[in-house]
Amino acid sequence: MEMQKTRFNIDFMSKRKIGLAISSLLIIMSIISISLEGLTFGIDFTGGTLIEVGYSESVDLDAIRTSLSNSEFKDAIIQYFGSASDVLIRIPPSEGLNTADISNKILGVLKEAGANAEMRRVEFVGPQVGEELKDDGGLAMIYALMGIFIYVALRFQRRFAVGAIAALVHDVLITLGIFSFTHFDFDLTVLAALLAVIGYSLNDTIVVFDRVRENFHKVREATSTEVFNVSLNQTLSRTLVTSLTTLLVLVALFIFGGEIIHSFATALIIGVLIGTYSSIFVASPVTLALGITKEDLMPVQKEGADLDTMP
Amino acid sequence: MNRYSPWKYSLILLLIGLGVLFALPNIYGKDPALQVSSSRSSEVSELTQFQVSNALEEAGITYKSIDLGIDNLVIRFNDEETQLKAQAVVKKSLGRSYVVALNLAPATPDWLTKFGAEPMFLGLDLRGGVHFLMQVDMEAAVSKAEDRYMSDLRSILRENKVRYKTITRNKAGGLLVRFKDDDERNKGETLIEDEFPDLDVLPYEEGSGESQLAATIKEQVVLDTRKLALQQNITTLRKRVNELGVAEPVIQQQGLSRVVVQLPGVQDTAKAKNILGATATLEFRMVDEDHAAQDAVDGRVPAGSKLYYQRGGQPILLEKQVMLTGDSIIDAASGIDGLSGQPNVTITLDGKGAKRMSHATRDNVGKRLAVVFIENKVEVVEVNGELVEKKETIEEVINAAVIREQLGKRFQITGLDSTQEARTLALLLRAGALAAPIYIIEERTVGPSLGQDNIDKGFNSVLIGFALVLVFMAVYYKVFGLVANVALALNLVLIVALLSLLQATLTLPGIAGIVLTVGMAVDANVLIFERIREEIRNGNSPQASIHAGYEKAFSTIADANITTLIAALVLFSFGTGPIKGFAVTLSLGILSSMFTAIMVTRGLVNLIYGGRRLEKLKI
Repeated sequence: MEMQKTRFNIDFMSKRKIGLAISSLLIIMSIISISLEGLTFGIDFTGGTLIEVGYSESVDLDAIRTSLSNSEFKDAIIQYFGSASDVLIRIPPSEGLNTADISNKILGVLKEAGANAEMRRVEFVGPQVGEELKDDGGLAMIYALMGIFIYVALRFQRRFAVGAIAALVHDVLITLGIFSFTHFDFDLTVLAALLAVIGYSLNDTIVVFDRVRENFHKVREATSTEVFNVSLNQTLSRTLVTSLTTLLVLVALFIFGGEIIHSFATALIIGVLIGTYSSIFVASPVTLALGITKEDLMPVQKEGADLDTMP
Repeated sequence: MNRYSPWKYSLILLLIGLGVLFALPNIYGKDPALQVSSSRSSEVSELTQFQVSNALEEAGITYKSIDLGIDNLVIRFNDEETQLKAQAVVKKSLGRSYVVALNLAPATPDWLTKFGAEPMFLGLDLRGGVHFLMQVDMEAAVSKAEDRYMSDLRSILRENKVRYKTITRNKAGGLLVRFKDDDERNKGETLIEDEFPDLDVLPYEEGSGESQLAATIKEQVVLDTRKLALQQNITTLRKRVNELGVAEPVIQQQGLSRVVVQLPGVQDTAKAKNILGATATLEFRMVDEDHAAQDAVDGRVPAGSKLYYQRGGQPILLEKQVMLTGDSIIDAASGIDGLSGQPNVTITLDGKGAKRMSHATRDNVGKRLAVVFIENKVEVVEVNGELVEKKETIEEVINAAVIREQLGKRFQITGLDSTQEARTLALLLRAGALAAPIYIIEERTVGPSLGQDNIDKGFNSVLIGFALVLVFMAVYYKVFGLVANVALALNLVLIVALLSLLQATLTLPGIAGIVLTVGMAVDANVLIFERIREEIRNGNSPQASIHAGYEKAFSTIADANITTLIAALVLFSFGTGPIKGFAVTLSLGILSSMFTAIMVTRGLVNLIYGGRRLEKLKI
């Protein structure tokens, strides 16, 4: 076998059964959690009203609860948001509440209780709009996956496309599973994060595939398994460095970006970690298991065709 | 080897120069300002400018500058206190036909403005304000049109002496006219077909076996009605927003039956909602003076009349037939009657409305004319375990005044209790001209303090994330890391420049997109540098390694970025508001990072290492 020297020499492919076991376990747990617990959808998807109130000093949630439970907003869910002087009040869509007035009324109730409350944010989403946002979100996910499948199938080969999509579905399912298990809020920004995760994880996968294709062309005598192994090792340091820099900024966003961006940053951090893992332990093994060979790539890709895309 | 031709360097320098130029306006901050624009027939001209500057000088208020735009006037001040004082002065001097709104005007120097360079457009989550998504009730618009046809059909049949029994709504949709016999029906059919080309008329056999005609509004006409209802709502919303005095409001159609309203910087959200959200229509109806209202309260409502209640709760009987709807009103202004000193409201009608008014009041002098205010609210109700939105209509007689003479294009309502009441009535009349009811189905309000908070936090996290990446790259890749850092900084400048140039809205998720781009933009450089290291490890010369590193990494970078771009584009086309902002910055970031991470770093590396013998590379 004739190949370049690499810094790492890990036999990933022999460990693919372990990877498969871990991934399957995580996916099954995610599916169980999602079907039993569901997702804690934010008001973007359920409809309802969300009010963020800022106080000049720390407040006692129980006091707010008492004053609100004496009003018409008995179903209000009250929690701190970031600090003890910031309070988030959620009101589920309910009968007989005039939606446009809710925020004014709540602020009225709070002010009556004597507190120095300032309205920081109000979000009201009608049930019908929530339903539409949910549909649009699902559609966006499906179209993104379809677009990616087509591009990878054309640019590489069908088996690579299946491998890439398998890794993406894997990432999305497990991230959703974690959100379901931890009861983190799933709102529009998390959906955006999930789509960004798809983009990121794919980025990782494509880099590996690109190297696999290159090595298939270059190396005469090697099994497909060997080619995958070498390619994964060659790209490993890049995979780790990029994940690290991305995680650096995401952690900065998580810590300093404020409460509002918290679930977004959380989803991305989880997604990047899983995405990095899946490009090694899901995308490649699946493509290999589908029986990719050197010949599969020959008619599509001629020697040196990469240069066609040079500017 | 590894030398760039001069034209490549020129191209890089040109793009960097443009980037810096268009990113520059963002560092200048903003001035508190007043924005004067016309609300109705008035025009903002040099005369207005003269009037405003005079008024301000008289009041002893100093201003930074006063600029006449295409149809607005922007006056800048040194601080917010002066701005508020000046607003009162300017409002008083210009009167009601101008909108005087508080605004933050970018303090971009003139020489930059000449290039068309402007600062980024901040979204509502960053500058504070209200976002409403409103739904126009199209069924109500169509049903209103049917009401009009119903009364028109009655009069035309009566005028031509065609004997009909009743005109009712058809359960299957449209209208149902019952005739005495088939002869009359045939006469009616020809007449209606001639007079109402917008109606489809067919003999209707269903049910009793009577002689009936089914009249339905033609599909194209229904579509036009809907379009018109939406247009009219948008126009009315514009007027209402003008009442609020908001600078840079956005009022935009979304889809076939929705309107987006964005009011940046609005502090008093309750007031905004009251004026926008208390979606209202107006109707003029004659008071039924022949019957006692008390009988109706007891349950004996005369045919042709309908029971209403006045503001104080007193019952009043009005004729069922609507004389005029609010959409005929062009203007309504409150004032003081010159003779009696009583507050009044002067109403101006459009031509068609004036004709109807004059026709209807000719024979009714001495009788009372009532103004019915119809307010629509949405409530969420549970039906069979499912939450649905229920529309609730509140009808209220706000005024019933005696007609003194035949009324025409302009007339006055007197007998109001106070000037405050006159003002409120005028506002309601002006704002109440909606063709179809409209409901708020989504609201997002961000208070001004949270907006500033979001900017600060977003900005901080970008800086910190950026700094962490810079340090890591410099340590890990040494000279090449520094080169990548220059590219990364440039990438940020270019993203800001592109956002400013496109005037795309920057939102908090948009900032998150920039942060993510910073993380991912180094990927291209990481790919290249790792490739170079590999080449060196394989025993190639430094120069050859640099060359091969860039060459071989290119297709990988292109593939990886295109696939991410696909995800970003999907996000853009499906996302609403905040998600769109994220998609925009992510896409722009990907594009500009391709340029900076490949071309700019290559240019720098060539400058540093190109064309000389190298023993070792610091990478």
